[in-house]
Amino acid sequence: MKLPQFDYQAPQTIAEAIELLAKYEDDASVLAGGQSLIPLLALRLARPAVLIDINGVSDLAGLSLAHGQVTIGTLTREYRAEESDVVADRLPLLAAALPLIGHAAIRSRGTVGGSLAHGDPAAELPAVALALDATFVVRGATGERIIKAPDWFEGYLTTARRPDELLIEVRFPAAGPGTGASFVEVARRHGDFAIVGLATSLTLADGRISDARLALAGVSDVPVRAAEAEDVLIGEQPSAALFGEAARRATAGLDPPADLHGSADYRTKIAATLIRRGLRGAADNASERQANG
Amino acid sequence: MVDITLTVNGAIRTGSAEARKTLADYLRDDLELTGTHVGCEHGVCGACTVIVDGLPVRSCLMLAVQAAGSEVTTIEGLAPDGGLGPLQQAMWDSHSFQCGFCTPGFVMQATALLSHHPDADEQQIREALSGNICRCTGYQSIIDGVLLAARRLRQPAGQGE
Repeated sequence: MKLPQFDYQAPQTIAEAIELLAKYEDDASVLAGGQSLIPLLALRLARPAVLIDINGVSDLAGLSLAHGQVTIGTLTREYRAEESDVVADRLPLLAAALPLIGHAAIRSRGTVGGSLAHGDPAAELPAVALALDATFVVRGATGERIIKAPDWFEGYLTTARRPDELLIEVRFPAAGPGTGASFVEVARRHGDFAIVGLATSLTLADGRISDARLALAGVSDVPVRAAEAEDVLIGEQPSAALFGEAARRATAGLDPPADLHGSADYRTKIAATLIRRGLRGAADNASERQANG
Repeated sequence: MVDITLTVNGAIRTGSAEARKTLADYLRDDLELTGTHVGCEHGVCGACTVIVDGLPVRSCLMLAVQAAGSEVTTIEGLAPDGGLGPLQQAMWDSHSFQCGFCTPGFVMQATALLSHHPDADEQQIREALSGNICRCTGYQSIIDGVLLAARRLRQPAGQGE
């Protein structure tokens, strides 16, 4: 499978990239790490007339901590985030999710912003962004917009980014020492897309859960926040019984898609198991981080 | 066509490529380095793995024009004198092959792993190589070969097994 023909543009600045997007809009696709877009081209599932390669726009790469937020430039490679001390210390959920994305060779090229702009509902990073209420900064010819994660994911591979806009950066609230996280998933093979995945972040204060954030991947056409489970958890002490109740509540109204990898019923059962497992992992991680804090 | 210059296995190569040409096809068709194998051509099988600027990369998921200015190492670059590199020798000694189609990808991925993590244990090796799972099995002997290479590379010179 060879790639279809396209007009190739390689802007060197954000302004040039936005100018090209304004010109071509729907006819263009933005090429970041290419680990999803190039397969789509090879399989002819995407046929953009123009490919705007932003890999030369160095201003789009970078990771910084300021004012309680970790800002990740759209072109930051996944392996860079994986190696980052800021991510390890202040974004334990992202740190837990990154090693599960594809394989090492995918993370060498794949970018944090690219995965979030692609918006695959079974991928790890969309669930992380939703769980943490990340903020997306997009810029177009008419200016900048700031979009919250629940509004970002609109549907299958569809985000709130307009065709003439470029995702510039994503901002994540930084975690304190009382916050622990886990990312758990069930996949046929290591590195495959998860059948179901779960991002969990728990904050403990005086032995009780003061903040709980759960987002499921692979159960809908967008990542899904398990709000019912979160309500059950707040103010309680972590226990197996509590986590079981959270799993029951969160999956009661779930209606996941069925495909050859699993029926809707199977996915629901996996989701319940992952919620119990993910909460245990996040609670343990929170205790560890508090001890090392 | 886009003019590009890149370093491949230590040599500067200059040419031009259609923007849609993948790095894998450029290496094979234009530079005649056919040791890089093309399997699935959409980033799943790992057979086309090469090292770009020190990192393992699927060369079917990167455009040749994106490699301009980069340093690329392919399987041909691991033992330029026609012999075997230490990892290749260890894999030879461990019979880390069946049909061999996927082998260049495994070798490049393992080379990248050992260059970053010379102390890699079996679990890390299994994780790193999980992206190269092919069809005819025989993975156990591949793991054995990489473990053997890691052990040999850690030993001081002159203390061979």
